[in-house]
Amino acid sequence: MSAEPSLSQRGRVWFEALTGDAGAIASGLRSVCVADADLGGQPARFIAVVPDAQNRFPRARTGEVGIDEGWALAFHVRHAIAADRDAARRPIIAVVDVTSQAYGRREELLGIHLACAAAADAYASARLAGHPVISLLVGKAMSGAFLAHGYQANRIIALDSPEVMVHAMGKQAAARVTRRSVAELEMLGETFAPMAYDIRSFAKLGLLYKLISGIDADAPERTDVERVRAELCRAIADTRAGTHGLASRLTSPAARESRVASIEVRRRLAEQWDAA
Amino acid sequence: MNTDAASRVAARRDYRRFLARHSFIEMPARERARAILDPGSFRELLGPFDRIKSPWLPLQGIVAQADDGVVLARGTLSGEPALVAAIESAYQGGSMGEVSGAKIAGALELACRDCEQGRPVLPVLLLETGGVRLQEANLGLAAIAEIHAAIVALRRHVPVVGVIAGMVGCFGGMSLAAALCSHLLVTRQARLGMNGPEVIEQEAGIVELDAADRALIWSLIGGEQRRAVGLADDLLEDDAEAIAAAVRGAFARGMPALERSAQVEHYLERLATIDPQQPLDGKMLRALWNEGTAP
Amino acid sequence: MEKIQLDYPALHTVRRRAHVGVVGSGDLEVLLEPSPDSEAHVQVNTSVEGFGAAWKNVLDRFFARFQGAVSIEINDFGATPGTVMLRLEQAAEAARS
Repeated sequence: MSAEPSLSQRGRVWFEALTGDAGAIASGLRSVCVADADLGGQPARFIAVVPDAQNRFPRARTGEVGIDEGWALAFHVRHAIAADRDAARRPIIAVVDVTSQAYGRREELLGIHLACAAAADAYASARLAGHPVISLLVGKAMSGAFLAHGYQANRIIALDSPEVMVHAMGKQAAARVTRRSVAELEMLGETFAPMAYDIRSFAKLGLLYKLISGIDADAPERTDVERVRAELCRAIADTRAGTHGLASRLTSPAARESRVASIEVRRRLAEQWDAA
Repeated sequence: MNTDAASRVAARRDYRRFLARHSFIEMPARERARAILDPGSFRELLGPFDRIKSPWLPLQGIVAQADDGVVLARGTLSGEPALVAAIESAYQGGSMGEVSGAKIAGALELACRDCEQGRPVLPVLLLETGGVRLQEANLGLAAIAEIHAAIVALRRHVPVVGVIAGMVGCFGGMSLAAALCSHLLVTRQARLGMNGPEVIEQEAGIVELDAADRALIWSLIGGEQRRAVGLADDLLEDDAEAIAAAVRGAFARGMPALERSAQVEHYLERLATIDPQQPLDGKMLRALWNEGTAP
Repeated sequence: MEKIQLDYPALHTVRRRAHVGVVGSGDLEVLLEPSPDSEAHVQVNTSVEGFGAAWKNVLDRFFARFQGAVSIEINDFGATPGTVMLRLEQAAEAARS
């Protein structure tokens, strides 16, 4: 009945590869990794959500963003905002491999929707305060978990790897909800890019800043890590040259092809906004 | 006047009041938006005759609604420029697709632009939605992220007021939007949760949650419960006039000292009092997190 | 999904437009506008296939009583003929008032 346990270690692998032994911060949770480490000669805060088999919430043990994770993300992002208020705004790097939000009665009762909103709020506030917020997708970036951890970034970078996927609902759950087979859903994804799960289809939607190919996502070599660091730095520089908002998701070349209605809605709204 | 007569007078008054109520829940989205704004001020943006429909649904054999299930209206609230975005839950469960999501995000972005240029716009979100429209999956999810971004940006200038009335409630990625609102107004019939009860039952099993147990569901995520534990601000009757008045009252309260979604210390403390190994139901949580008669 | 197109003669102009309904299960929306010419034109988009005759039946009955030169778009999600007629009449009424 429950989803296949996904004990992907990619979040931890990439978090450790990017931060080394430097500046780990005791986050209070085994499931949230935080470290301040050098990135291109400047300090950056790296944050990952990872599986914790001993999570005090049983329904958040396989890499989900649960109640504790949502508030911990908010805490550590806001800590960086407060610390940098009168200083250089450090980049914040969300290392993303999250299977979903936690599904459970206790989670709903305790307001997991608010915990995830708190995380999204913190990342968005960091952007608005001038921190470049970059997401690095190394595995799953699913639904509410991604909304909380990663989707408020200025720029999103993804590894071109079969296990990297973005979607609103896991395949099994979506199949059950829509009463289709997984195979049927996958076929729909082949016809309609927004319904696809794989990262290459996602890249066509114009929401990604960069898709990095030729990297060993499970066991990166030193050269792989250096390539990713370079792309992160490029994304940071691109962010610093732009605005604090998410407009790049509408102006990219791919977006101009795949998000036509999104752009048209905004154009027509602006026309009608003020009374004639 | 003796007590019998007094109680008869009171009963007649209550009954007249009851008859005079206009159910907000029974109103479709357009009527709800009209009911919120000052009479005569309603002006719809990207309405049905603009025919900005879903590019994706007809390709999958689903008939597209001409406004894609979101009504945007400009108007006034007590004379002040306002924007209402009302989700039509009767169409595709109020789900967010590319167009419906873009309508809300785009309108909030324009409201923010106006605020930044010294022309405040008061935003109201009538949230009646199951979340992402699975037929548009990643474009719906992306639009919801843009809605979150727009609310956070807008909240710096004006309060953002959300209303959840029922019967669909507010679920999925849009439950985060509700949690980001400066003031959240709910009815008893409302529900607010991240995962729909059916999905939890499906994913975690019926012992975890029996989606058919309505009393249980409302005791966990219903409007009264959410208000009682401080996850919503006002509990309202299902009456259009009362809700419209409460929206104005919410704006009159101004910006909260600290937005609920920024109350990190407060919620970390609250969660420290919870032991997930122990049973916990709605009533027990109220005892732990009782809001009293605040604000 | 099926698209049905029908035309009817009209006797008088209609100046206003009207919109009623919701594309919910068992329901439909009707968009009614002045016709670009002197006839009435109907475009039906329906999720239920194979009911062309029933649609013609309802629309014939509607236009037997309503002779405005209108363009009507119907987006239907399985409404009964009774509901279709109700919505059409609501739209016609709204365009009059």
